[in-house]
Amino acid sequence: VKARSKFLIGGLLILGSSGILMASSAKETAQYFLTPTELANKISDNPRFVKTGVKVGAAVVNGTIVRAEDGRSVTFQMTDSTTTYNVIYRGVIPDTFTEGVEVVVEGRLNDEGTFEATTLLAKCASRYENEPDRPGASSYPSSPSYPASKTPAS
Amino acid sequence: VTLVGELSLWVAILMAAWTTTVSWAGAYQRRPDLVFSGERAMYATFAFTLVASLGLWYALFTHDFSLRFVSSYTSRNLPSVYTFTAFWAGQAGSMLFWTLILAMYGAIAVFVNRRNLRHMMPWVTGTLGLITLFFLLTTAFGANPFERLDWVPVDGRGMNPQLQNPGMAIHPPMLYLGYVATAVPFAFAIGALVTRQLDGEWLGAVRRWSLLSWFFLTIGIALGMWWAYVELGWSGYWAWDPVENSSALPWFTGTAFLHSIMIQEKRGMLKKWNVTLVVLTFLLSILGTFITRSGVIESVHAFAQSSVGSWFLGFLIAATVLTVILVSTRLKDMEATAELESMVSREAAFLYNNLVLVGIAFATLWGTLFPILSEWVQGEKITVGIPFFNSVNTPLGLILLALTGIGPLIAWRRASTANLKRQFATPVAVGVASVAVLLAFGMRHFYAIVFYGISAFVATTITLEFVKGIGARMRMYSEGLFAASTRLVIRNRRRYGGYIVHFGVVVMFAAFAGMFFKKDYAEVELKQGETYSATDPFGDTWTFTSQGMSRYKTLNREVTAITLETARNGKPMGFMVAEKRQHFDATGATTFEPSTEVAINEMAKQDVYVFFSGLLDAETAVLHIHFNPLVVWVWMGGFIMAFGGMIVMWPQAQQRERGYVAELSPQHEGVLTGAGA
Repeated sequence: VKARSKFLIGGLLILGSSGILMASSAKETAQYFLTPTELANKISDNPRFVKTGVKVGAAVVNGTIVRAEDGRSVTFQMTDSTTTYNVIYRGVIPDTFTEGVEVVVEGRLNDEGTFEATTLLAKCASRYENEPDRPGASSYPSSPSYPASKTPAS
Repeated sequence: VTLVGELSLWVAILMAAWTTTVSWAGAYQRRPDLVFSGERAMYATFAFTLVASLGLWYALFTHDFSLRFVSSYTSRNLPSVYTFTAFWAGQAGSMLFWTLILAMYGAIAVFVNRRNLRHMMPWVTGTLGLITLFFLLTTAFGANPFERLDWVPVDGRGMNPQLQNPGMAIHPPMLYLGYVATAVPFAFAIGALVTRQLDGEWLGAVRRWSLLSWFFLTIGIALGMWWAYVELGWSGYWAWDPVENSSALPWFTGTAFLHSIMIQEKRGMLKKWNVTLVVLTFLLSILGTFITRSGVIESVHAFAQSSVGSWFLGFLIAATVLTVILVSTRLKDMEATAELESMVSREAAFLYNNLVLVGIAFATLWGTLFPILSEWVQGEKITVGIPFFNSVNTPLGLILLALTGIGPLIAWRRASTANLKRQFATPVAVGVASVAVLLAFGMRHFYAIVFYGISAFVATTITLEFVKGIGARMRMYSEGLFAASTRLVIRNRRRYGGYIVHFGVVVMFAAFAGMFFKKDYAEVELKQGETYSATDPFGDTWTFTSQGMSRYKTLNREVTAITLETARNGKPMGFMVAEKRQHFDATGATTFEPSTEVAINEMAKQDVYVFFSGLLDAETAVLHIHFNPLVVWVWMGGFIMAFGGMIVMWPQAQQRERGYVAELSPQHEGVLTGAGA
């Protein structure tokens, strides 16, 4: 019985300290995961929420992607079909980022109301799951789009 | 042939239903005829699932694009290796593949154990039949790979380029083989609980199947890390993504079980705990499937979101309720026959090992489910980041690593001071000495120093065990070094195989700690002939000179490649080629977004990792250059762990005939080390 209670004390110490670690680091790294509409609501409830870093999941609006000439940043609009935000992102643009995809961006709104993203995850619907084309429908991009700069350099 | 496959799926459903019904009825009414019928139905379930799978492979290879699945994942110009692996590239095929493995395991488990575990086998067979039935139904109604389109496309959409990678071709099957194998110990646990026979014989079967599951999960997870590293271009192998976590969760609890079962074998303790771990491991694999397939949690891995998720949720709840009822009505059959005698004993070390592993699993699960939990509690989705997992699991991992050295050497029941001194004096000295050396060389990273100190300690304990064992054999049987070392391992597979696994763990932890020294990557623009120079974490200077870009077409893609000539401190280190690929289909139309192939120069000290980010203009490439310390040792560690696992699993021919008890007898235990004294 003695050894058993000693073991339990040791166990509680380990679990207790990892519990404290869990609680504190959860607090440090916790981030809201919101839709654009939820973000807008939060800000209208409490204007100071603008300063909070959040994750937003939304879809890229077709035709809004503008890649900077140096290939280092991209601007686009994201929407949940109710609320739309302009986004500017600086960093590595993932292979799967394209018109219409679902993205998860991490960052915060700046003074102009543009979302400044520090990370960009593209969750392409066609990434692992493709829908076959209906005959006649052409959803393929017509040309390779990998040059970092989409606007002609000249 | 495809039609035969489709029909076989439906027959397999009937067979699985029959398996469960007659097995359980036979067990309940004690009617051998029903029990035998149930066994044969399990074999038949496997046979028909196999035919169904062959039907799908046939459809893939004959490019039968009238099947939605075939046209969604393959195209005419897809290399045939990937046409074969397309079977598990999409959800519907994965489900069928999963069912195939399950039915195969079920048939093997029934065949192997039908005599020696006579009394509980009908329950086991029935449970396996029921799980197979669930998977068959989910496949047929939730994600049927034989679903037809109402038109026939000219060509399929092809396979995602990121999946066209040898690692991705074998990673999913390995993971599935591991995931699904957890169902067999679960079925045995149900059988043992129902028949109230929780001692002795069933442990052997459960341990072997858990080991098999552990083995495949280890390989599967390691391959997944490798795939992420070479294919995703962010130069890391683990990001605590929900999908990664859900593959690690059953690995944690399965590893805990493989240790705690030894305490039940040797000391008759922990019976309730072991049953719980077996059940938990299975439920976590189902939960993992639910997480990855339902889309309830945001993940980088964009699997299809479909109704399959709710099937799994239902199954998860049913299985949990069933086992809670079974366990709670049988608590008194699971009383321990011994008690923990001392804190300084192998029992205690193993208990702490279990505590830490389950703690890691819990923290990981907590972080993974945090968005769901917070939505329930607060009505808002809140996510936790990578630092959460690292800050909780790093200290726990350190304790675990230390226990890896202590556990196997400390005496059972109560370790004497003499035992402790004999076993641990040298390893502790080596550990302390290596900390001193690292400090002298100017290493100041706290966690890294602790990691390497403990690694040195554990590696020494393992080395000494081998030295002692080999030395004793060479003296006792006058064998040569080679003969003594191979025979030592072959005659004591569980023990020395276990040490090899532990050694792999040490190697892997040491490699993880290398990432503490990774610096931020450099973003570089290079025209042909231009040179970039950088200093790696070891203080050497590297130069990268662009040899220019090339463009060419091959197989199903157009490649843009940049070649870099590299040198370390002025000494040539060879060429590195990083690529951008644009895939196209048989008609020449482009498919998918362009993908990136990184260039990696893998060395013992570090990887030089070059990611081709894009083109600034026709001549200027934008590159990301990373130096990743010790990464190759992650793969080596995984390989060593799998190799050790294989040694432990390999059946011991002469002992098998004497039955399981013989395998347990600690013939050599203690003789060479005095650990049992």
